[in-house]
Amino acid sequence: MPHEDYLNATYGIRSWLLTTDHKRIALLYLGSVTVFFFIGGIFATMIRIHLLTPTGALVTPETYNKLFTMHGVAMIFFFLIPSIPAVLGNFLIPLMIGAKDLAFPKINLLSWYIYIVGGCFVLYSFGTGGLDTGWTFYTPLSSVYSNSAVTPAVIGIFINGFSSILTGLNFIVTIHTMRAPGMTWFRLPLFVWAHYATSLVMILGTPVVAITLLLAGLERMFHLGFFNPALGGDPILFQHLFWFYSHPAVYIMILPAMGVISEIIPTFARKPIFGYSFIAGSSIAIAVIGFLVWAHHMFVTGESTYAALTFSFLSYLVAIPSAVKVFNWTSTLYKGSISWDTPMLYAFGFIGLFLIGGLTGLFLACLGLDIHIHDTYFVVAHFHYIMVGGAVMGYVGGIHFWWPKITGRLYSETLSRIAAVTLFVGFNLTFFPQFILGYLGMPRRYHTYPPEFQVLNVLSTAGASILALGYLLPMLYLTWSMRYGKVAGQNPWPATGLEWKTDSPPPTENFHVTPEVTWEPYDFLNRPDLGLAAGSPLPAPAHGDD
Amino acid sequence: MQSQLPIYPEQASNFAPNVDSLMLFITAICLFFAVAVTVAIVIFFFKFHRKAPNDVGVPIHGDSRLEAAWMIIPLILAMAMFSWGAVVYVDYRNAPRDTLDVYVIGKQWMWKAQQPNGLKEINELHVPVNRNVRLILASEDVIHDFFVPAFRVKMDVVPGHYNTMWFRPTKPGRYHFFCSQYCGTNHALMGGWVTVMEPSDYAAWLSGSSGGSTNPLVAGEKLFAEKACITCHVPDGSGRSPSLNGLYGAKVLLADGSTVTADESYIRESILQPNAKIVAGYPPLMPTFQGQLTEEQILALTAYIKSLQSLPVPAKGSGIAAPTGNK
Repeated sequence: MPHEDYLNATYGIRSWLLTTDHKRIALLYLGSVTVFFFIGGIFATMIRIHLLTPTGALVTPETYNKLFTMHGVAMIFFFLIPSIPAVLGNFLIPLMIGAKDLAFPKINLLSWYIYIVGGCFVLYSFGTGGLDTGWTFYTPLSSVYSNSAVTPAVIGIFINGFSSILTGLNFIVTIHTMRAPGMTWFRLPLFVWAHYATSLVMILGTPVVAITLLLAGLERMFHLGFFNPALGGDPILFQHLFWFYSHPAVYIMILPAMGVISEIIPTFARKPIFGYSFIAGSSIAIAVIGFLVWAHHMFVTGESTYAALTFSFLSYLVAIPSAVKVFNWTSTLYKGSISWDTPMLYAFGFIGLFLIGGLTGLFLACLGLDIHIHDTYFVVAHFHYIMVGGAVMGYVGGIHFWWPKITGRLYSETLSRIAAVTLFVGFNLTFFPQFILGYLGMPRRYHTYPPEFQVLNVLSTAGASILALGYLLPMLYLTWSMRYGKVAGQNPWPATGLEWKTDSPPPTENFHVTPEVTWEPYDFLNRPDLGLAAGSPLPAPAHGDD
Repeated sequence: MQSQLPIYPEQASNFAPNVDSLMLFITAICLFFAVAVTVAIVIFFFKFHRKAPNDVGVPIHGDSRLEAAWMIIPLILAMAMFSWGAVVYVDYRNAPRDTLDVYVIGKQWMWKAQQPNGLKEINELHVPVNRNVRLILASEDVIHDFFVPAFRVKMDVVPGHYNTMWFRPTKPGRYHFFCSQYCGTNHALMGGWVTVMEPSDYAAWLSGSSGGSTNPLVAGEKLFAEKACITCHVPDGSGRSPSLNGLYGAKVLLADGSTVTADESYIRESILQPNAKIVAGYPPLMPTFQGQLTEEQILALTAYIKSLQSLPVPAKGSGIAAPTGNK
């Protein structure tokens, strides 16, 4: 090896399990969230195979209910919420702001251990009878009636919450106190702004869901009457508390992905992002307004008409900052120098799918329409467009963008483009038919359905098999590239962020000399060090295999 | 399913055309934005494709007029969607006065319905066409949801609460209803059929198959005596508790000075948790009946108490607020 980096600085299992290096912790998270993604993915596959026929092709009703519950719990709490922040955020935030590490490196490691302990409880629940409450744990089904392993799952999610809280705290303190000289707030990469907003939601919202699940657990174990009407409780109270966190949690999943897209687009269009301060501000606006829309999940619970009107109105307001982002990203492309490299394909895919996901949110926020489409497949399609089409596309796109920095290697550009297109096609084929299914009236969480819904279900299952292929492909070529990929160099794309001004992979201390920032974000013109036409006559660096 | 794929279910209630128009309206707006953005991206994708490896883009940092435009225009359109949706919803949440009331009870994993004359059905619901029908929904265990896609309406069925929903069927026929709130193992089997009938057929059906069922009024009157309600709630107002004559739909003055409208939820709550709302001027004597009555018994008692609406209110001894009272 020509130089010492964070990967080869020390060796042995102890050097990983006791590391306080944010980059190594990011890789620990990368491995563990991938495991949960696989577990959740296997459940999803079984769900789609089961729904091939109206009577259910594969499993008993009880098992089916467990499959969709465990799919949701694994994917939401143990993959989507930690994915971008704990993997990419952990790796990149110190690099992007020119710091040596996060503010509290030991707490960062503690976060990962808490995540693992919480994950073990949940896996124990899955392995000892499973869980059939739905990932929403609605009472009194979860707290009284379910015969499945609810208690260990609730304890696991409760514990895992602290991992989120500590990560959020670590990011906020780091961003406030550890920026390099010259890295002012408005020179921060938008990825950092998005993570700042996400961290706010994490530390303000997570305690509420932790307490809510604790109350449900206490009701189940000790028959304390919080939500069970037979004991004087109110089941609707649970929903208010649960969604107070779980709606903002959607923004924990999507805001970091928006941050990734805001990095990819200017890099591959080679121009400053359009409306920097509007994109940064809209992240904060989404985080704040996102806390005020939770009861739109409850329009048909019998909540007061005035509450419903208020929450519908606020839900429409939160659509505006999301729209602002999409318009700004699109405008950034105008008069750009657009490359068709893989990360950019993911960014285009993200915009398209997030657009559909976001726009269909307008249908659900509409009171008169929600009384028909609430709790149908329309909702399932909508949130998969946001969470898979949005958050996962952002995550996979981000992995491709920063892979050369993380591993020091380039992957096959041909294979990765094929994978990106496969994912996009497979995703749409899987989930678009579900919008129609929902409007036709097929309720969600059904292990069997009337025969008139079969055609659309078969289409959806066909799409899911393409989608699965699209996820397997990157696993293969990315793993392959770690050993056989071309050496990437410091800045292969090239991009403007500080993380690209250090070695790939970076040294343990990130920068040999503390960098000083003298340029504006995403400025390609006044950066002769990038070796581009407008800067200097140097040739562009080595660039994939295209 | 064989030849053509429908994109919306049959329209069979007063709400269906409104909800479908709303759907078309929002779809049109969203389609416009989706197409506009997609077309822009595709054009930029090809037109501004990098020509030489070292090319950079033209540095454009933003435009505050554009930013304002794409905040204000979507906001106006969003408010239009909100307003139209609100109108439909407020209509749905406020049933007209002249409804045919049917009690529906959900339990794991079946639906029981009871017609006004006491006729009971399981996983079936018969209603007359062109008549406003109100469902009073109760659950015996977990949360369920009564959903009729052809009517475009649903409502959660929540244990411990009465929820109501209403619709006016506009087309005779048989339509699926589903449970759409996940409720455990056989959630997907908890459905049935709504049969919308011509009024004459409905009347014939009601009288033809009512043998063996007990009218809820009769059952309620019997319970009212059996559970000794009558010993305190004396009709002429001379008992230790207020007379229930004329109670339903009236405003009741409470001990804390507030008033409450005596609807089904209030009556239910007063049976199960008598101390939740104390009528002004009366001591909190009544024991709770929580856990001692089935949902069907509560419905029967409620139906009986509602039937006392037409009886004369005694001058003294009722909890009903004077029409000129506060509020």
